[in-house]
Amino acid sequence: MAEESTVTVADLVAWVHRFSEVIAEHADELTQLDSAIGDADHGTNMRRGCRAAVEALAAAEPEDVTGFGRAIAMKVISTVGGASGPLYGSFFLALGTAGGNTSSLDAGGTVAALKAAVEAVRTRGKAEPGDKTMLDALLPAIAAMEATLDEGGTLSEALAAGTSAAEEGMVATIPMLARKGRASYLGERSIGHQDPGATSSWLLIRSASETLAA
Amino acid sequence: MKKLINAAEDVVAEALQGMERAHPELKINHELKVIVRGDAPVSGKVGIISGGGSGHEPMHGGFVGKGMLDAACPGEVFTSPTPDQMLEATKAVDGGAGVLHIVKNYTGDVLNFEMAAELAAADGIDVEAVVIDDDVAVQDSSFTAGRRGVGATVLAEKICGAAAEAGKSLAEVKELCERVNANGRSMGMALTSCTVPAAGKPTFELGDDEMEIGIGIHGEPGRERRPVASAAEVAKLLVEPILADLPYAEGEKALVFVNSMGGTPLIELYIIYNEVAKILAEHGVEIARNLIGPYITSLEMQGCSVTLLKLDDEMTGLWDAAVETPGLRWGA
Repeated sequence: MAEESTVTVADLVAWVHRFSEVIAEHADELTQLDSAIGDADHGTNMRRGCRAAVEALAAAEPEDVTGFGRAIAMKVISTVGGASGPLYGSFFLALGTAGGNTSSLDAGGTVAALKAAVEAVRTRGKAEPGDKTMLDALLPAIAAMEATLDEGGTLSEALAAGTSAAEEGMVATIPMLARKGRASYLGERSIGHQDPGATSSWLLIRSASETLAA
Repeated sequence: MKKLINAAEDVVAEALQGMERAHPELKINHELKVIVRGDAPVSGKVGIISGGGSGHEPMHGGFVGKGMLDAACPGEVFTSPTPDQMLEATKAVDGGAGVLHIVKNYTGDVLNFEMAAELAAADGIDVEAVVIDDDVAVQDSSFTAGRRGVGATVLAEKICGAAAEAGKSLAEVKELCERVNANGRSMGMALTSCTVPAAGKPTFELGDDEMEIGIGIHGEPGRERRPVASAAEVAKLLVEPILADLPYAEGEKALVFVNSMGGTPLIELYIIYNEVAKILAEHGVEIARNLIGPYITSLEMQGCSVTLLKLDDEMTGLWDAAVETPGLRWGA
């Protein structure tokens, strides 16, 4: 495995820092999307939760992937609120558990941990692809990452492919009829709006691409 | 945005500080944001907690006290509280007879309460949960998040609180809560939108000559948007779908709850109540009890909701039982 494909705990921490930055930059946009089909708080809640997660990581100084996942998960669950708190919290908790008590992950291990994280979101939210949720960005991203690695690609290429797939998945939520969360109350009127959860999930994958294989 | 606040991010914390000054009989944990009845835990009594986003006051914090809730967890405005708050509330009210979580059916509330129940169970506390889903505006199907929890929540908290006070077991209080939910139906409407302090602008746009029928308590759009109509017509648009969903036989009794969304004054609620009463009379429904006022609000939104609860003798007796909370108080 090439040197560039090793992801350290410091890289994971840098990922969360970057995610917090882009969430802050896009907070108004996320809230705007949420006001169309939800309750106008996604940007505010994610910004608050990401800031707290960055602080929690600084305080916890995790040495392994499990410690990283646990430190961030508990903070996200207790500060984000809404549905996003348990969903993003479950993401990081599962990522840490799958990553294990190790200080670095190779390309395959990184994608496997991300996959376990996405499966945890699916289990917690009981959503399926096409329900107009976070999963519509996350599941295609994982599939693209796995395909890239299978074809002999590097982690950097896999994360880039995952980012493109997440973005496509996010845009694909626009014509979808929401079947989960508050947007589902709109029925047909949820059609034509991009899902805010899929949007923040795309930012999560994009941040990973910018930090984990840089 | 015009609001009587100091800073948008301090709205919930400062409201809790004010509540503590106004109601010294309540214990308030400012760090975790939990409102607890002063004498909790009451030994041998089932504890009842609820929680949800702020912005619906007096629900839920205003319903903490003897004969109703033992604790409430307020989240940020229109945002579910978190499992650590709910766990703290559960521990604070566990008098050894178990704790009931009354949860409104919103994805965030349900997910967070599920996690809290798992944590409480790990701590050896007997927890049961009932999810309230009484809003007929939403089509109930396995392909959606299901019906929202609205007005019936207030009635369930009052009735179950009285049952717990009377010494009923956790299983009995849970069954009663499910019965209130099964017999309660609500429908709301809005004349105006509302503004979440942190967002700074209205959650949705509604024209001066428009109203939204089937609105949710977080400003979620409802069934349809139509031109503003008379109170008589609005009452019909709210009550008919309720009766279609849960028909009443001739002579069956109802508790009628006409609720303000926050910005609609009592004088208009009485006009709506008058119209609701006429419609129910035509259907042969006897109004046995009523509740009129702002109890489950949506910030400053103008509009109202109507909840009908089909009453049996047990529920009626428990409704009449003494209650001593900031939001509801009688018989004490």
